[in-house]
Amino acid sequence: MGGFPILSLMLLVPLAAAVACLFLDAKAARNLALIATLVDLLLGIVLWQNFDVGGAQWQFTERVELFSGFSYALGIDGIALLLIELSVFLMPICIGASWKSIDKRVGEYMGAFLLMETLMIGVFAAQDIFLFYMFFEAGLIPMYLIIGIWGGQDRIYAAYKFFLYTLLGSVLMLVAMLYMVNVAGTTDIPTLMVYDFDPSVQTWLWLAFFASFAVKMPMWPVHTWLPAAHVQAPTAGSVILAGVLLKMGGYGFIRFSLPMFPEASSTFASLIWGLSMAAVVITSLIALVQHDMKKLIAYSSVAHMAIVTIGLFAFNQQGLEGSMLMMLSHGLVSGALFLSVGIIYDRLHTREIDRYGGLSINMPRYALFFLLFTMASIGLPGTSGFVGEFLSLAGIYEVSTWTTLVCATGIILGAAYMLYLYRRVAFGEQKNADAAAMADLDVREYLMVVPLALAVLWMGIYPESFIAPMRDDIAALEARIARAAPEGDSKVAMGAATSKETPAHEETAAHEGAH
Amino acid sequence: MSILLIVFLPLLAAIIAGLGNKQLGNVPAKVITTGALFIACGLSWPVFLGFLSGNAEATVVPVLKWVASGTLTFDWALRVDTLTAVMLVVVTSVSALVHLYSWGYMEEDPDQPRFFAYLSLFTFAMLMLVTADNLVQMFFGWEGVGLASYLLIGFWFRKPSANAAAIKAFVVNRVGDLGFMLGIFGTFMVFGTVSIPEILAAAPGMAGSTIGFLGMRFETMTILCLLLFIGAMGKSAQLGLHTWLPDAMEGPTPVSALIHAATMVTAGVFMVCRLSPMFEVSPTAMAFVTFIGAATCFFAATIGCTQWDIKRVIAYSTCSQLGYMFFAAGVGAFGSAMFHLFTHAFFKALLFLGAGSVIHAMHHEQDMRFYGNLRKHIPITFWAMTAGTLAITGVGVFGVGFAGFHSKDSILEAAYASGTSMGNFAFWMGILAALMTSFYSWRLVFLTFFGKPRWAGSEHVQHAVHGDHHDHPDEEHSGEDTGHHSSEGADAHEGTAGYHPHESPWVMLVPLVLLSMGAVFAGFVFQHAFVSDGSGEFWKGALVFHEHLIHAMHALPELIKWTPFIVMIIGLALAWYGYIRNTSFPAAAAEQLGPVYTFVYRKWMFDELYHYMFVVPAFWIGRVFWKILDIGVIDRFGPDGAAWAVAKGSTYAQKVQSGYLYSYALIMLLGLVGAISWVIAG
Repeated sequence: MGGFPILSLMLLVPLAAAVACLFLDAKAARNLALIATLVDLLLGIVLWQNFDVGGAQWQFTERVELFSGFSYALGIDGIALLLIELSVFLMPICIGASWKSIDKRVGEYMGAFLLMETLMIGVFAAQDIFLFYMFFEAGLIPMYLIIGIWGGQDRIYAAYKFFLYTLLGSVLMLVAMLYMVNVAGTTDIPTLMVYDFDPSVQTWLWLAFFASFAVKMPMWPVHTWLPAAHVQAPTAGSVILAGVLLKMGGYGFIRFSLPMFPEASSTFASLIWGLSMAAVVITSLIALVQHDMKKLIAYSSVAHMAIVTIGLFAFNQQGLEGSMLMMLSHGLVSGALFLSVGIIYDRLHTREIDRYGGLSINMPRYALFFLLFTMASIGLPGTSGFVGEFLSLAGIYEVSTWTTLVCATGIILGAAYMLYLYRRVAFGEQKNADAAAMADLDVREYLMVVPLALAVLWMGIYPESFIAPMRDDIAALEARIARAAPEGDSKVAMGAATSKETPAHEETAAHEGAH
Repeated sequence: MSILLIVFLPLLAAIIAGLGNKQLGNVPAKVITTGALFIACGLSWPVFLGFLSGNAEATVVPVLKWVASGTLTFDWALRVDTLTAVMLVVVTSVSALVHLYSWGYMEEDPDQPRFFAYLSLFTFAMLMLVTADNLVQMFFGWEGVGLASYLLIGFWFRKPSANAAAIKAFVVNRVGDLGFMLGIFGTFMVFGTVSIPEILAAAPGMAGSTIGFLGMRFETMTILCLLLFIGAMGKSAQLGLHTWLPDAMEGPTPVSALIHAATMVTAGVFMVCRLSPMFEVSPTAMAFVTFIGAATCFFAATIGCTQWDIKRVIAYSTCSQLGYMFFAAGVGAFGSAMFHLFTHAFFKALLFLGAGSVIHAMHHEQDMRFYGNLRKHIPITFWAMTAGTLAITGVGVFGVGFAGFHSKDSILEAAYASGTSMGNFAFWMGILAALMTSFYSWRLVFLTFFGKPRWAGSEHVQHAVHGDHHDHPDEEHSGEDTGHHSSEGADAHEGTAGYHPHESPWVMLVPLVLLSMGAVFAGFVFQHAFVSDGSGEFWKGALVFHEHLIHAMHALPELIKWTPFIVMIIGLALAWYGYIRNTSFPAAAAEQLGPVYTFVYRKWMFDELYHYMFVVPAFWIGRVFWKILDIGVIDRFGPDGAAWAVAKGSTYAQKVQSGYLYSYALIMLLGLVGAISWVIAG
């Protein structure tokens, strides 16, 4: 690709289209938005094709020095690549999902979405810490607009809640960033990632970043904006919110908190585990009693993202790769689930679970896809949901068996609330005449769900495609944080000895023996 | 290479039939799935015979890379050894016959392609399970059969009871799967691999080591085996995690025969046998397996004696027989466990399909209180069921008998011969269960096929007679017919309500006849291979085989060897007395036993207990967390509190909203300006 600024182009295409959309009528705006997102998808495929697996850590780098220290610097590693691919893959589907359901201020709506695409790609591609901050925070503005203008009845409350939560975190993060740049003397993220901050300072910096990422994730107990935002957002808004915006929190942990503050990450690991355990159990149980489909899936997202955080804070390769796969999978699956909800919402204009029922009878194709996505959400092996969940839990097992046990109850509770949802929507008698009269998927809807279904199966059956690009980056990260990795509670001790000193040594011996 | 066809043909058929569904049509869907299964079955038997003759060697056919994350790697691969070969013939044979049987049984169902697609999908998942070369692929198959089971139990998805049963099956199984998963994690941590052969090779070296779990230290192999065994308990419906199996009878009867009798529920036994070198290292784990198996075989048999629904009786019987297999494994007689798994697959599938044939004849009536006298109307079904009953009760003398005689007696003898106190406990539990097995099995036969017809009490039969359905146009005539046959006597008329049960079509009878052959001969023919002095040659290390246990079994006192036979006769006599000779006796006995009878009849109250222990609290806590914690505390003191403070300063919400955006953008901008100036200044 020799120097061709493909990342800038990927930022520019949707941005230009966004501006153009503001001046177009509804029909033209839709078409332009679809074309722009498809072009970006194609560029994304080119990007993936040309990404040199096993090559340099940072590829496709671009750098323009703007003014002292601050620069327009882009570049990606495998981790960023995968999240960019997720964004460009979901975007055309979002435009498709808004094709008919959005009929007021279409140009502005499409503009907002396209702007958001630019900002999302920017977040993952930025190599300058302030550039990152700009993309990271600005990415939320189009989301406010989408919820606040095209949302449901309580859209203002939801947008407001969203705003308040994120505001707090971002201010603290900015202060931390300013301090870091001042101390380290650079705004370059790759340089900062290998800079060793004083462990006592790390604590404060870590907490400041945590405030921002925990909200984005979202982690319990700062999650309550998510159900509100999802419920009020239009379908495509939910898809992109669950699919990509939540991943920014995880990306933040993996790009900033872990490599920049390894000691602090280790110190706070048990806090993360505790919050994750609480999240899995509490939000899963809450999901069980929901009457609103979107709320149910929103709460399930919180539980699933908790599996991501324990994987990240397992400090080993399985955990880290597992949490990345979990993020990608959750992006696909929760996106697909919100889309599935949107498909029937478009027909009946209600999210009340009880208003549906027996959809397998009149919408068998829909029921099939919905089943696949439900199973992927439950983490059935062979679907994308399994691999990430399995690796994350395998990773955490080596450090904390309690955390594993509690978080693994998510596989039981997840099955309970998702199957209970599926039963009430797709099974049973057709008790509502209007729900019974709904037509099965049309061509536009097929074009949205089939790619998602194929991606879900692909990632479940041959995840190597997704693990390979990030393998070296994860290994480098693991090497970076290994010095701070917490002692596991499950080490093997040979012989009758049960002393606490020997296990670590013996365990490595056992590993070598097994190979 | 034939293994690739065996495993993937059913998948292909499932995809074609499932996606083709109604566009494809009933007959093509049925031909494709059934054809694929018969081919798979035809290819499986040569594989098995190869191992039987001792010519075949264990092989592994790689398929595709799956996951490589650091040192944790596992691929899709198909392993074929003796143990797999046994499972291959069991799974493909029963599945092929069940496919064929379903042509008749599901004849009138509007959703046949979906049904056959699910059946084939199940078979694929089961085959992936039994050919797994690593624990994760086994888990894939494990969950895959769980999915198929869920779909098939809930196949008639309009019925609320079927939906509830389907969810229950999946969720209860997931409890077991949690254990399985933790077991895999622990195994990976200890051995650094999830490859089954590598683990089994390294397992003995772990004897005496300890491992941390939940803050305490345990013997490594004990904790790993127990965790894995929890998975087996879920899938094989053992005591405590059994509650889903009886409810699973909501599914169509062919499903019960294939999944909930012959194949899926035996996956736990298969797993323990596959991992037998691991379990062997931990006497504690072995004792636990023995205890759970023995307790289950007794407990489930007691319930089987009291149920009226023909399918539930057989379901509890399955649960009980699985208990036998587990305690066989627990005392180290893995060969006997697999032998019983093998014979049980034939006679239990036969009993279920026979029950299906009865249900078919009785117009979907499942309550045995409304059966009676059917042997004259459906004779082939009667003889098939009788063969199955002779097999399950273990009829045989001097080393020659029906299938269950060989396998069950070998288990009981092994338990006694093991010489441990747990083995002894298992033996006596097994003997008591054998008595009850004989009783409830013959009770089923007598209630169904003997005595006077009691059909008139059945709503289903009444519907059939009074033209309350549209399926049988010829039923009108049978209604009129009764007038001409009044010479049969007023009593008979009263009992039959004028209903005429018909024998099932040939597609249903052929599987019955073939399985009957299995029920009669499978034990005698294969005993030598599975459990004899030379069986080590057959197993070739695919499972742990203790020849000394076989020798100890030969040396047992004659009385011990005859005990199973004696209790079988007692059970038969009791059933005969209560259900043929003196039919008022059972009710009187139940009356006498009072609360004990009620307790057993209501299945030891497990469902009620779990409902109030888990289901109700889960929903209650969920509501509390939601309403009180999320809305009442977090929102109230978090965003709502802040919102209230902010909102005080402005009149209109609309204004506030746009205000956020501006203030937000402003803060960002100010922040950036500040940042940049700091950098410039610095």
